[in-house]
Amino acid sequence: MRTGAQCIIDGLQQAGVDRIFGIPGGTVLDIFALLYHAPVGFVLARHEQGAVHMADGYARASGKTGACIVTSGPGATNAVTGLATANMDGVPLVCIAGQVPSSMIGNDAFQEADTTGITRGITKHNYLVRDVDDLPRVMCEAFRLASEGKPGPVLIDVPKDIQRAQTDVVCDGKTGIRGAKPLPDCNPGIEALADALNRARKPVLFVGGGVIAGDASAELLAVAHKARIPVTTTLMGLGAFPETDPLSLRMLGMHGSVAANRAVSACDLLVSVGARFDDRVTGKIDEFAPHAVIAHIDIDPSAISKSVAVRIPVVGHVKTVLTRLLERLEPVTQREWINEIAAWQEAYPFSYEVENGKLASQYVVESIYHATRGAATIVTDVGQHQMWAAHHYKYTQPRSFISSGGLGTMGFGLPAAIGAQFACPDRTVVLIAGDGSIQMNFQELVVAVEHRLPINVVVLNNGHLGMVRQWQEMFYSREYSATRLGQGERGKNERIVPGDKDVYLPDFVKLAEAHGAAAMRVHTPDALPSALRDAIATDGPVLVECMVKPDENVYPMVPPGASLTEMVHSMA
Amino acid sequence: MKKHTLTLNVDNQPGVLARIVGLISGRGYNIETLNVGPTQNPEVSRMTMQVPGDDRVLEQVTRQLAKLVDVRSVIDLTKRNFVNRELLLIKVAAPRECRSEIIELVGLFDGKIIAVHNAEMVLQVAGDKDKLHALLALLEPMGILDLVRTGVIAIENESCNRGADDE
Ligand SMILES: Cc1ncc(C[n+]2csc(CCOP(=O)(O)OP(=O)(O)O)c2C)c(N)n1
Repeated sequence: MRTGAQCIIDGLQQAGVDRIFGIPGGTVLDIFALLYHAPVGFVLARHEQGAVHMADGYARASGKTGACIVTSGPGATNAVTGLATANMDGVPLVCIAGQVPSSMIGNDAFQEADTTGITRGITKHNYLVRDVDDLPRVMCEAFRLASEGKPGPVLIDVPKDIQRAQTDVVCDGKTGIRGAKPLPDCNPGIEALADALNRARKPVLFVGGGVIAGDASAELLAVAHKARIPVTTTLMGLGAFPETDPLSLRMLGMHGSVAANRAVSACDLLVSVGARFDDRVTGKIDEFAPHAVIAHIDIDPSAISKSVAVRIPVVGHVKTVLTRLLERLEPVTQREWINEIAAWQEAYPFSYEVENGKLASQYVVESIYHATRGAATIVTDVGQHQMWAAHHYKYTQPRSFISSGGLGTMGFGLPAAIGAQFACPDRTVVLIAGDGSIQMNFQELVVAVEHRLPINVVVLNNGHLGMVRQWQEMFYSREYSATRLGQGERGKNERIVPGDKDVYLPDFVKLAEAHGAAAMRVHTPDALPSALRDAIATDGPVLVECMVKPDENVYPMVPPGASLTEMVHSMA
Repeated sequence: MKKHTLTLNVDNQPGVLARIVGLISGRGYNIETLNVGPTQNPEVSRMTMQVPGDDRVLEQVTRQLAKLVDVRSVIDLTKRNFVNRELLLIKVAAPRECRSEIIELVGLFDGKIIAVHNAEMVLQVAGDKDKLHALLALLEPMGILDLVRTGVIAIENESCNRGADDE
């Protein structure tokens, strides 16, 4: 006989979980009592959102399923943003949540929340366990569902009495377990696609996170090289194809490269490989790839023709599909199209204005690229710095760029970087954060200190909620409503008590030091390279605050609702 | 807007209905009729629902429903040859002088009289939408006191290959 709590511990071990992130509370005490002695390592986060993002960063960096545990009520509601973030980006997670005893559910008991109700729309699946005999199966099934098909987060809500109840049921990992639904035969689609590719004059591969999740980068590279097809990626696809390759068009979309957006707009065949035609990527949907036949390879049948009508759908595992496609591709050595594209690549690289003595965010990212020789795992928060991290660092390996793409969750970066460093202890992990975003989960820095994780936290302090400020500058008549973080020039409506106009709060260096981390502040371009070198060489976390220009914009930009050909390059 | 009739085989588990309804209502679509019942397999329930909406969106909704772990199969019957029926229970005002007329109507519509009271009758009629509509129009002037409908249930007229996930 085992208790429900024991079934949970055993389920974690059976799934190969070596580390779980979380915070204890009343309704998970039985599980924590066992965790105290279990071989599964536990990481105490300081906020449940942080715990879920850590598990998420761990999963994105390693490809394994992340695990986290939270208590009922506020523990579970704090986890919500983390789950939604993972759900949007298809990250495999299992979250165990405590629940009030079965007999009290629905009574507004202390720390009760309808966790399965709240998380239904932001998880791939969730369970409320009502019988301890179900628990062994649910544990197996949850891990299977999280990772099979299109991955995603799965939540298991376990009432306290179920954790204490006894069962002799064991799960062999097979019987009665539901997994991903069988996929239709994708061969006809592959034939049609190979045919179209062999005939196309101006093909483009449009690559998303599915290639990374599906571990298909090598196959992608082979396909692109064999038929000389240029490749553009979404934000989630960064790293799926080496950006140092001449066939790389870099990122496309709202803040995509000129070459990528022009190529997509001019191509005669656009093949999405695990990319879902997100609105930040397509621009005005009616004018997206207007000359192209559109093909879409995806593991998720519901992704096909969601926003763009697809002529050649191929539903299947991207790795298998690309392998079979490769066999059917005719090799191409010369392509006129490549020359056309090369001219755009040459004329419009991602660039920025250099102002003497002033520290530009883009330069900081570039310096990180040089300091890490392009071999780091870069984690970002959300905002302008996220786009600059995409532009000015060239990603060559899958899982080397970790960012909240779909939900755009500020505060994702620091805990995700911690999770990524746990997953890859030997890699250099650099978090590129904004001064706004980093304040949304700063408390997790102590976790990095406690575990002596050598993460490098680079804060691009522009004194603003920069991305929002940029939209206000471009589309809201330069009225900077609530986007200044410094004390000067704040809107009257904010009614802050006028103090010292030059004060910026918080002092990130002191704040980092108060958390036990090393920290430094950089004001000039000259001082940056050595600061970065020192940070990377330091054992344990270091925060590098870069005092960057306050009013820089991310260019190029396709204004919202415009087509990809209407790119803005400056505020003329 | 075209009305789509969806039929689903789902796991007989708590929360399944909420998941399915949530997926549809979350997109701002209205479920016009909904019927859930057991099947020969105690682990499986059968759902039928009618959802008005444009073809493209319904196609998308159908695919997303199919993706749910608890959903074993989902078919948009609108594209197929199917029959649908609905059962209606209705209480009408039936003073002595109207009774024979009501009885005659019920007979014409293949219905049944379930109960007769002093001034009321309870009737049961099954049929497709047009038939029920016609009957209601005829009963209306006599005074409908209460009315309950099961929502449409539907079945494919002849079986065709419905895919591997169909148990
Ligand atoms: C949790 C959350 N709240 C609000 C937003 C809206 N938002 C998007 S970018 C941004 C500004 C981010 O500022 P910062 O982190 O300083 O980065 P910067 O754009 O200045 O590089 C805001 C407020 C968001 N994405 N996430």
